[in-house]
Amino acid sequence: MAFTLKVNGAAHSADVDADTPLLWVLRDVLGMTGTKFGCGMALCGACTVHVDGTPLRSCITPIGSVGDRAVTTIEAIDTTSQGRAVQQAWLDLDVVQCGYCQSGQIMSAAALLKATPKPSDADIDAAMSGNVCRCGTYQRIRAAIHRAAGSLSENRR
Amino acid sequence: MSESASVPRFDRREFLKVGAGVGGLVLSVAIPSLLRPASLSTAQQTSSFAPNAFIRIDRAGAVTLVMPMVEMGQGVYTALTMLIAEELEVDLEQVRLEHAPPSDALYGNSILHVQTTGLSSSVRAFWTPLRQAGAVARTLIVSAAAKKWGVDPGTCRSRRGVVYDAAATRHLRYGELVDAAAALPIPAPDSVALKQPKDFTLIGTPVKRLDSADKVNGKAQFGIDAKIPGMKFAAIAISPAFGGSVRSVNEAAARAVSGVRQVVRIEGAVAVVADHTGAAKKGLKAAAVEWDDGPNAAIGSGDILRQLQEQSTRSGAVARNQGDAKKALAGAVQRFDAVYQLPFLAHAAMEPMNCTVHLQKDRCDLWVGTQAPTLTQAVVAELTGLPKDAIKVNNHLLGGGFGRRLDADGTLLAVRIAQHVSGPVKVIWSREEDIQHDMYRPAYYDRLSAGLDASGKPVAWIHRVAGSSVLARYAPPLFKNGLDVDAVEAAAEPPYDFPNIYVDYVRVEPPGIPTAFWRGVGPVKNVFIVESLMDDLAAAAKQDPVVYRRSLLSHNPRALGVLNLATEKAGWGRPLPPRRGRGVSLQFAFGGYMAQVAEVEVARDGTVKVHRIVCAADCGIVVNPNTIAAQVEGGALFGLTAALYGAITLRGGRVEQSNFHDYRPMRMNEVPVVETHIVKSTEAPGGFGEAPCSCVAPAITNAIFAVTGKRIRTLPIDTSQLKS
Repeated sequence: MAFTLKVNGAAHSADVDADTPLLWVLRDVLGMTGTKFGCGMALCGACTVHVDGTPLRSCITPIGSVGDRAVTTIEAIDTTSQGRAVQQAWLDLDVVQCGYCQSGQIMSAAALLKATPKPSDADIDAAMSGNVCRCGTYQRIRAAIHRAAGSLSENRR
Repeated sequence: MSESASVPRFDRREFLKVGAGVGGLVLSVAIPSLLRPASLSTAQQTSSFAPNAFIRIDRAGAVTLVMPMVEMGQGVYTALTMLIAEELEVDLEQVRLEHAPPSDALYGNSILHVQTTGLSSSVRAFWTPLRQAGAVARTLIVSAAAKKWGVDPGTCRSRRGVVYDAAATRHLRYGELVDAAAALPIPAPDSVALKQPKDFTLIGTPVKRLDSADKVNGKAQFGIDAKIPGMKFAAIAISPAFGGSVRSVNEAAARAVSGVRQVVRIEGAVAVVADHTGAAKKGLKAAAVEWDDGPNAAIGSGDILRQLQEQSTRSGAVARNQGDAKKALAGAVQRFDAVYQLPFLAHAAMEPMNCTVHLQKDRCDLWVGTQAPTLTQAVVAELTGLPKDAIKVNNHLLGGGFGRRLDADGTLLAVRIAQHVSGPVKVIWSREEDIQHDMYRPAYYDRLSAGLDASGKPVAWIHRVAGSSVLARYAPPLFKNGLDVDAVEAAAEPPYDFPNIYVDYVRVEPPGIPTAFWRGVGPVKNVFIVESLMDDLAAAAKQDPVVYRRSLLSHNPRALGVLNLATEKAGWGRPLPPRRGRGVSLQFAFGGYMAQVAEVEVARDGTVKVHRIVCAADCGIVVNPNTIAAQVEGGALFGLTAALYGAITLRGGRVEQSNFHDYRPMRMNEVPVVETHIVKSTEAPGGFGEAPCSCVAPAITNAIFAVTGKRIRTLPIDTSQLKS
């Protein structure tokens, strides 16, 4: 079945079954490999993308359910102010280690800051506990989210 | 492992003298730039200055450094670059990095003798060679400038990629000097003077990672991200019981799935090849593979435990025998006997196992992230019958290694599938396959006895280590006289003054489950065991655990130093809220010293909450303090995760765990605050990627003992035993 998908502001077509997870369409059909495969069961968050601004686990999201909603991936998260602030905070605090989970971490963090501009530690726990990092960068992720929130609020002033 | 055949076998000096042309040829097989776009053109490469296999400078002044070790999060691309840049006198902003092609001759790690990234050895092994490589290149460039100016090279100096004369009136950029420098004879690496540590401008400063930018925008290329024109995608099912075989496959049902091209049946596994992984997985499900479980069908964890219990009563290969421990034990005032049990562990790196293969008649191209590129090349050559130099290993960033990617089983499986596929094929393991067909940290069963004199001092220490030998399988020449030196590291040489100590090792190979290295290797179990028993002895001697340890460290100032620093920073002895306690651990491992203090709360229902971990490290000269802190934060969590949750169990020959719900990683809401304190040192660097991981478990369990009086001797921690 042919689908037209809006990804990062551009239309793409994919001829796949309707139950094909969005993750594999992005990675294997469209060649956008920034979104990662980690578990296939929405247990680790590595595959997180935004669909109409809401974070979704693309590994369990059938392409047939996406419709004409706008998909944003790590490749274009810098088009949002939250995405840019999160990326900069990640660089400022040297968050990454192996880096494999970080696309998903950044997508979750950007979505958190959009919904909750000044998140508490409890907000961060709630929004980020679905994203696994085996290198153990959590402490820096937490600090970087607070930093990104601070820079966004300064920019608003 | 033999030397790689991928480069001509003339001697190293000869290779270096041939210079730029050959250097360009060798380096051209490296994959395109990690941090900057596209590799230099061939024309530029041949005109570049390449005084050794690590450094290439072109006429535009672009500095390319070839990384002999792999980046898997441990920060080694940044640290190794700093070593070269310190002596080469270039800015980190000027360099671009490349993954090295496989070559033990050019890129072998002097500690492991092969081009393998492991055992926290990269900085230790390359500390001198890479500084020498940088110094050789700088010496040649400075000589070239001095010759042009007709001055003594000793009067010139270089900084940030520019050479200046004595008065700093004349200067030349490195790029302007490459042709002249390439024409000069190359000095021997050990003939060039290296900087004194007091003159370092880069080493020891907190430098930001060089690989961050591409890791926050999705551009970083891991093995799983390889894009090869015409590539197909394969999903695999491996026999759930180790050593089992395929009984039946519904190939027609698999092929009926849209996008599926082929069903491949190989010994012990089935692969479905498709236009994308989604179709491959759907096809694999439709294939409804049935299995014959084979010879290990009846194996369960209980069988393996019984085997360990029985065989650990035999005497083993002696790792350490000082004084007369048996006699001292017999004469001790107090005797302490304990057994420690550790489970199999999976690695569960975030990037599941994968490999892309294009097998052709006369060559085999591999795109993979591996800790062992030359081993990978050798085993694929053996499997395919092709010569080694026909096996092209395009290494990538690793989405976590932790020891998993020291083994080439995933690559071999992919090549066996590719033998049936025309064109390139990317094989990606599901998380379930990744966890159920890992090669596991061995289970161990250690028996200890200690004796105290009337003052509480340990006069006898006897430790028998029993478990699988990874070393005997992985590096047979290093397994001598029945002794696995890795399995006893940190057990044979505890930091304490023990007058009578006896440590031996019994090799016990479990049936039906393969074993492998895991972050922290030997020390990750031995430090837990030694430090747990030390805590018991302190209690038996009715002494504070820190005071007790200090009394046995007067001969060991570096160990005493980290113990004092960690306990001071943690506020050891200060009051804590109810149900909270502190525990301490101390280790000498990977060539460095470390102490950790954990602050832990144990709830009435037994739930363990770790609030804070304070770590003090003396690992000699620190290359990048930023990386050290990151490794403490990450390594401590890796070890803590295993201590709290980690266990792989077998039932009916099959691994029972399958994904992150039953093989639990720590998550954001559970993590403690981790603090790092570094002891300034001028000693040679120690290894660091694994040290924090091996030090953490006993700090936690000793804190649990402080709260509850209950001693944990089996991991993972069984919280049901901690109810009060």
